[in-house]
Amino acid sequence: MKFLPLVWTSLWRKKARTIFTLLSILIAFLLFGLLQGVNAWLNAFGSGSNANRLYVASRVSEVQPLPSAYLSQIEGVPGIRHATYIAGIAGYYQEKHNNLVALATDVPAFLSLYPEWQVVPDQLAKMSRTRDGAIVAAPLMHAFGWKIGDRIPLRTSVMRQDGGADWQFQIVGTYDVPSIPAEANRILVNYAYFDEARLLERGTVWAFVVSVDDPARSAQICAAVDALFVNSAYETVTQDEKAYVQGQLRQLGDVSLMANAIVAAVLFTLLFLTGNTMMQSVRERTSELGILKTVGFSDRSVTALVLVESVLLCVLAASLGLAAAAAVFPVVAALGIGGSALPLKVVVAGLVMAVVLALASGLPPAWRARRLAIVDALAGR
Amino acid sequence: MSVFKQIASVTVMNLKSIPQRAGASSVIVIGIAGVVGVLVSILAMVGGLSQMTTRAERADRAIVVSTGASFETLSNITREAAQIIEDAPGIKHGTDGKPLASAETLAIVRLPLKRTGSTGNVALRGVGGAALAVRPEIHLVEGRLFGAAVREVIVGRTLQRQFRDLELGKHLSVRGSEWTIVGIFESHGDPHEAEMITGAQTLQSAFQRNTFQSVAVLLDSPDSFAQFKSALTGNPALTVDAMREADYLRQQSQAFSTLLSVVAYLIGGIMAIGAVFGALNAMYSAISTRTVEIATLRVLGFGASAVIVSVFAEALLLAMLGGAGGGCIAWLMFNGHAVSTNGGGLTQLSVPLAVDLDLIGVGVLWACLIGMVGAAFPAIRAARAPLAAALRGI
Repeated sequence: MKFLPLVWTSLWRKKARTIFTLLSILIAFLLFGLLQGVNAWLNAFGSGSNANRLYVASRVSEVQPLPSAYLSQIEGVPGIRHATYIAGIAGYYQEKHNNLVALATDVPAFLSLYPEWQVVPDQLAKMSRTRDGAIVAAPLMHAFGWKIGDRIPLRTSVMRQDGGADWQFQIVGTYDVPSIPAEANRILVNYAYFDEARLLERGTVWAFVVSVDDPARSAQICAAVDALFVNSAYETVTQDEKAYVQGQLRQLGDVSLMANAIVAAVLFTLLFLTGNTMMQSVRERTSELGILKTVGFSDRSVTALVLVESVLLCVLAASLGLAAAAAVFPVVAALGIGGSALPLKVVVAGLVMAVVLALASGLPPAWRARRLAIVDALAGR
Repeated sequence: MSVFKQIASVTVMNLKSIPQRAGASSVIVIGIAGVVGVLVSILAMVGGLSQMTTRAERADRAIVVSTGASFETLSNITREAAQIIEDAPGIKHGTDGKPLASAETLAIVRLPLKRTGSTGNVALRGVGGAALAVRPEIHLVEGRLFGAAVREVIVGRTLQRQFRDLELGKHLSVRGSEWTIVGIFESHGDPHEAEMITGAQTLQSAFQRNTFQSVAVLLDSPDSFAQFKSALTGNPALTVDAMREADYLRQQSQAFSTLLSVVAYLIGGIMAIGAVFGALNAMYSAISTRTVEIATLRVLGFGASAVIVSVFAEALLLAMLGGAGGGCIAWLMFNGHAVSTNGGGLTQLSVPLAVDLDLIGVGVLWACLIGMVGAAFPAIRAARAPLAAALRGI
């Protein structure tokens, strides 16, 4: 510890060089933090999901409809507590870019499956009485300036029996998802009303959502549900919520592969940069190191001094970079990519990476300092 | 000695001494190669996507989907509506007098991917009788065309490369029924080549559907589009949108292209700032090792401009080397390499990365900018150093 001032002074021997190196490392770790942060967010996607919930979708594909009549058979599988169906109505409000998805479902059953979606009980009661009612996510109400009681027209591609494809719903309530605010982006409508009014694919749904008593048995329950419909025209695939969400996300493509490749390129480049800086600094200090050895520093402690200097520089810069990443991360998250805070895991991985980088780039100069013979060093050879 | 001669001789001398400073110089080259490599690789995805979508587009082809459907999978067109669309004015007619229009049904099926074995979504397209006349770029390379009212499909070459067990003669099990692969087709690597095609009637009966998702038509001429579109929008029995094929395809890939470009320039920009610091470092150290040399030149009568230009020349040369190197690495590693991504409307699309000379040019341009910024301050410092002190090597 008592040598820390010595290391610190030699670090700042050439201010400009140290500052530039520091800034390069800082930028590299800013990038590391952001990319790995997004990566970790993607991998953890759906980990906030409820292990009690399973999704039953068509084996053919997510968009292939299933008969709503499956519900009673699914409910009969032992271990299943609640079950309901969902059908989606994709469309837009006024302008094409205002994309919206309305979920047609048995609203009370749906909300008992999603306890984290919070609706005022009075409004839920009103929803049951209003056939064309809608419960709208609070952020959407705010975004479009809607009020309870408004009738909202949605332009969709789902045809109505009367020939049109515009659907009108009356807003009777709102919901919030305090635990996962990003999830509050839907409109809930009554399936019974929707199914009766539509022209095509009546009696079908997109998927079923079920909750199980014991998540540990969910694998068996998934198999039991799929076994019910095997070899029928509508075979199913049942997954827990996390697997379902991850499957949807994987459709996005090789995002994590890309992020890892970029981080690898950045760190590789950085290795050369810091390695070069340390080598230069040791070379310039040849005679100083010779003096240190003359006054009694052992080879080992000179090596340690160089390595500590390298670690100090890298860890200091990496901490600043990761702090910057943590500060910027919520801004990126506001664009819809990434979570609200940089995961601690990423910060720890970044610091470990910084130490590895420091040792790798500090080793050649440290070796040189160790091998330095006093006579040569003092002669400046 | 003229200024130009001075500049030339100092620059040549400087460049010749680069090998002596190999360590510091390589920092510039490798740092910039990293930036350019990443930038070019990501932009290559954007390029690949747009190449893929524009490859087969024709000005005289139009796509009709139902109003409000941003993707074909969300669209629904009834049999009656499809009939009205096929009879609309502006559509070219074949030698048999029938309109060159193909009402198409799209189903999405899950198939196992070659690379991971996990399932990916594949579009199974049921086409009308005139489909091959509407899309003449689709041509069989193996086997034969699917028959009428039998469960046979032809598979695109791109799709075959991406998914398992799609060889000629193999069987697919979809919704409990067997489909036979009777042909392999190519269509210049456009998005249709990542699909399976069968007859619309066959698909509709297999999936118990009676609607179409889109109608593709060939127009009399590119100018007939306005007439065709107004006939459809003016018809109160229809709720459909007609789009030129190019507009339709662009709309499909635009969101993803924009996102990728933003990511490319954002990450490239951040990395470039880092590389500028690296270049500054290297150039400062380059001039500091040359302090005595530069001062001697100045004393001999060489002007400040000669010194400044020589520093810039060194930085630019190294930067261009790095830029070209990074571009070439991206080309060697990724050109033609396909990344899979969401093809819009739930299907998996495999996009080949396209690294071309233009892109490498963009990379080298970035490299030069980084080199210039990195050289500016050191060059000024070199030219301004007080001679007496510099000569003594202080």
